[in-house]
Amino acid sequence: MNQAADPLLVADNVRKEFGGLLAVNDLDFTIPERSIVSLIGPNGAGKTTFFNMLTGLYRATSGTIVFDGVDITDKPPHAITKLGVGRTFQNIRLFPQMTALENVLVGMHSRLKGGILGSIFGLPRVRREEREAEEKARELLAFSGLKRVDDQLAESLAYGDQRRLEVARALATEPKLLLLDEPTAGMNPQETVAFLDFVAKLREERPIAILLIEHDMKVVMGASERVTVLDYGEKIAEGSPNEVQQDERVIEAYLGRTASV
Amino acid sequence: MAEWRRIPPRYRGWVPLLVAVPLAVTYPFYVTGLPTNIPVILTLPTVHDSVTILVFVVMAVGLNVVVGYAGLLDLGYVAFYAIGAYTAGWLASGQFQQINFHFGAVGVNSSETGIHISVWLVLLLAGVVTAIGGILIGLPTLRLRGDYLAIVTLGFGEIIPQFVRNGDDLHGFDLTHGTFGISPIDAPGFGQTLHNAVGLPVRYDNSFPPTPDRLFFWTVLGILLLTVFCSMRLRDSRLGRAWIAIREDETAAGAMGIPLMRTKTWAYAIGAFFGGIAGAYVATFNSGAFPSQFDFNISIFLLCMVILGGMGSIWGVVLAGTILAWLNVEGLANIGSWLNSNVFPSSHQIDVPKYEFGIYGIIIVLMMLFRPIGLIPERRRKREIEEGSLGPLDEPLYEMRGADEPGAGERGESERIPRG
Repeated sequence: MNQAADPLLVADNVRKEFGGLLAVNDLDFTIPERSIVSLIGPNGAGKTTFFNMLTGLYRATSGTIVFDGVDITDKPPHAITKLGVGRTFQNIRLFPQMTALENVLVGMHSRLKGGILGSIFGLPRVRREEREAEEKARELLAFSGLKRVDDQLAESLAYGDQRRLEVARALATEPKLLLLDEPTAGMNPQETVAFLDFVAKLREERPIAILLIEHDMKVVMGASERVTVLDYGEKIAEGSPNEVQQDERVIEAYLGRTASV
Repeated sequence: MAEWRRIPPRYRGWVPLLVAVPLAVTYPFYVTGLPTNIPVILTLPTVHDSVTILVFVVMAVGLNVVVGYAGLLDLGYVAFYAIGAYTAGWLASGQFQQINFHFGAVGVNSSETGIHISVWLVLLLAGVVTAIGGILIGLPTLRLRGDYLAIVTLGFGEIIPQFVRNGDDLHGFDLTHGTFGISPIDAPGFGQTLHNAVGLPVRYDNSFPPTPDRLFFWTVLGILLLTVFCSMRLRDSRLGRAWIAIREDETAAGAMGIPLMRTKTWAYAIGAFFGGIAGAYVATFNSGAFPSQFDFNISIFLLCMVILGGMGSIWGVVLAGTILAWLNVEGLANIGSWLNSNVFPSSHQIDVPKYEFGIYGIIIVLMMLFRPIGLIPERRRKREIEEGSLGPLDEPLYEMRGADEPGAGERGESERIPRG
């Protein structure tokens, strides 16, 4: 792995202000190819805001974000997805009235070509594409550990399955970088462990980089190679999980200052 | 029931269609033989009125693409109807007297002034022109969401009829002939050559037999079937999935790589395309396009059909459209006169059609109370209801059984269906 080469994603001096509120303060952040990195911080630290800037949902007030050599700072979400950034949402945002399979097929949208006339006339090319897409979607569901739920509506799935379906849908966009926004929020410890195993498997079997956002430190410690800690929109620490865990400022941010009498 | 079970499931969906289509096609032959004293409704609609009914159904199916699939509340669909009708007016009548252009029009003397293009081609062109109109209206408005979009479309639905009403003097140029409208408009037909060769009618409006009404009826039935077919194919396509995804969650749809503006604009353009064809067809059927036809009421009326039928459900919309349009053109008058002679005393006669919109309002309110998913709910919504009756499964679906923990997200938690 050529880690010294250009990282997959480079955020340079990224800043986001909401009116008078400074949510992200001139953050520098990189994601190397095929790595698992984490962004943690207490609630309100600016993690999701940063995340939303990476995916085009918010526009950065200043700074630049370069993904895979392309400046994506001002691109709309669908264009960024097409370049290879897939994401999940902190509060699950599946398409509730669509089946699990359809959810995944929607994720493939930017990789399919079927046009209006081709679909109306049922051209062989379009039919074949649809067939192949469906096959691939079923494989993705199986890969994500979803059994026999293909034709169930997303909203009727169990919570853990909904989380997995979100990942399957994000994988369907064929990402080079997968962004997971607090994927274990609301899971019990068992589900969390199972989910992290799944992330590890994902990492082994697919050539993608993963950015994990968490506010629960324990979750990311085992899973990630590098941890960045945000507090009040600023990077307060960065390094291996062990280094970060011992950092004074991190402990302070999470637990408060030690009483010094 | 036993007979029903013998039909393979994948063909069952075709059965209602195989019954309904022959019944509809032969309708002109048996309608006159039916009794005229059926309780409550008195008669079935005449062939002439059936044409109007089916045109409304075509529009409702078109609107269903916009409202039912893509979830874009459009309160100005009548604008597309008007654009279609006036396109037919411009391209198949003597409106532009300074021009003399003929192309494939049947039964029009070549010395007649104006643009006279074959009505078949005009129907298609009207669809295309209206689709372009839909795109132009959509580009600035589709950035809005929900209620804001509804308000702006409402505005466009008012602007277009006002424009045609006042479009008779654009710096001295008469574009729409103002309140008089454009009339007469050419009728469709197949011309002398095809008439001699295979016996197709030369021109619909002076044909006998079959009568013009029958010809117009069969043609609009064909247009409706085509509209339904396109609508179904689109629903099951990549684009249809994208529409439904946008309806379900616009933000997530964008994050999954769906270009929101383009996809929504396509929904608008395709909805407009069918509205335009319907408008042009009405114009050639009535041999005229008049601004008074394009009331705001029609937008709401069409929306009622979509809601009553079940948003996104093609067959539901076809059924509800037929019922409501029939009530509009004949049904209420018939029911009213039946009530007056059988229920109300002669001293208290009631003019039922006067209460038209009150009655539609009550229908919609009752629907919302007792069957909010519509007459024939969309496949996916229906499945949602039936899923609860799934039999027990022989193995656990998923190895982790912690899903009943609190803290599950805002979606899914409340409506989750117990399994296993």
